[in-house]
Amino acid sequence: MLQVTDLAKYYNGHPVFSGFDLHLPTGRFQVLLGPSGCGKTTLFNTLTGVIPKDAGTITWQGQAVTHLGNLCAYMHQKDLLLPWFSLMDNALLPARTRGSDMAGARDRAGQLFVRLGLGGFESHRPDQVSGGMRQRCALVRTLMFDRDLILLDEPLSALDAITRQRHQHLLLLLQTEFAKTILMITHDVDEALLLADDIFLLTPMPMGVFCRFSPALPKPRAFDAPELLRTKARILHHLEKGGVS
Amino acid sequence: MNRSGLSAAALISLLLGAWEGAVRLWQIPVFILPPPSRILETAVLQATVLLPHAAVTGAEICLGIFLALATAVPLAVAMFAKPVLEKALSPFLVASQAIPVFALAPLLVIWLGYGIASKVFMAWIIIFFPITVSLLQGLKSCDAEYRILFSLMGAPFFKTLALLYWPWALPQFFAGLRVGVSVATIGAVIGEWVGAQQGLGFLMIQSNARLQTPLVFAAILWLTAMGLFLWALVGILEKKIITWKS
Repeated sequence: MLQVTDLAKYYNGHPVFSGFDLHLPTGRFQVLLGPSGCGKTTLFNTLTGVIPKDAGTITWQGQAVTHLGNLCAYMHQKDLLLPWFSLMDNALLPARTRGSDMAGARDRAGQLFVRLGLGGFESHRPDQVSGGMRQRCALVRTLMFDRDLILLDEPLSALDAITRQRHQHLLLLLQTEFAKTILMITHDVDEALLLADDIFLLTPMPMGVFCRFSPALPKPRAFDAPELLRTKARILHHLEKGGVS
Repeated sequence: MNRSGLSAAALISLLLGAWEGAVRLWQIPVFILPPPSRILETAVLQATVLLPHAAVTGAEICLGIFLALATAVPLAVAMFAKPVLEKALSPFLVASQAIPVFALAPLLVIWLGYGIASKVFMAWIIIFFPITVSLLQGLKSCDAEYRILFSLMGAPFFKTLALLYWPWALPQFFAGLRVGVSVATIGAVIGEWVGAQQGLGFLMIQSNARLQTPLVFAAILWLTAMGLFLWALVGILEKKIITWKS
């Protein structure tokens, strides 16, 4: 379980967010939904310790930690694959930097390649495959972190709409097949509805949660399920008001 | 040959033809301006004279490049790893470029003698700067998101350097090295002009004094060929190493 209490980050004296709370039970898929530039990435950077927090506490599995940098895996909207390595070598980066058993890691990555439809492309360079395949390779790399908590920073937003739809169910595997606890930020309402157990709508400047939706529909979900469409209408209604309560 | 190569070759032939024609038309004495045909003839027929000198100059240049690599790479990495070091050292780096290095050449002969050392040193000073600066810029140009990814993987500095920063910086490193090797000949030749017993620069000064102008030009031709060879060599090396598209 991840518990964030009273987290604050200031920029030039102005709060990007302050008094930010988050309660993420183990195995749950939570989505922070908000417009671009509302401070979502700053939140992730603060959580992962890339920039220091100004106030607040972070607790993971009952232990207070300064940040989640060495506890979570992270997937960015850019695939961040290294162009000089093959897809396999990219996926093995976490194992390589950790200095763990490479033969075992290679086996495991090989299985994940097959599972995510990348079988046979292990020795291809990133520039030789499509954007969707690159992002799937980034997903394998994320899993190779071997960490229970995963932060997803708009992981599919660089893909075109059609490719994105096909990849949303792969993100779901993180929860259903690999039993990860997931915190995702996105500005894509449909993506949030398809994947999330809880959706938090964010207000910008300073960022805060002003509304929560927890669609209790089993997954995988159909995008045209009546309950989802009703929830979508309510979310869009809230966002239309500008998210300012 | 591609279109730009073809047009370059055409331009060169045109210039050489004009040169040849002008010398013949106005009957310019050979010791003032030899025609290209005479220069080429001298460069080939006098190869036995030129070769030992070229070997010396080539050795100076290669040693200079080697020394520059051996010092510039660790320095650039150190300055990248410790920004304090960069702040402290960059004024010296800039100042070292503001000094007209050619003015140092006579002093270097006093300090390091008439042998090869003073020329290697000259070449080293000249090559060192472009390699250091371009490598440092290359290392610093790495995107923040990649750095974050590596820090979240818990990668220590030297692993991140080997897997991320170094390959990232390679194109700029090669750009610096290319500039370095193409100016390296200048350093060695200036060093030889000031005081030497062998080398193409030495041969030029000697031939110049004896009005053996074709030999002066032949030495320049050889120097140019050596510079172009090194330049092409770096290009080939770069293509062999950087096989990916960024």
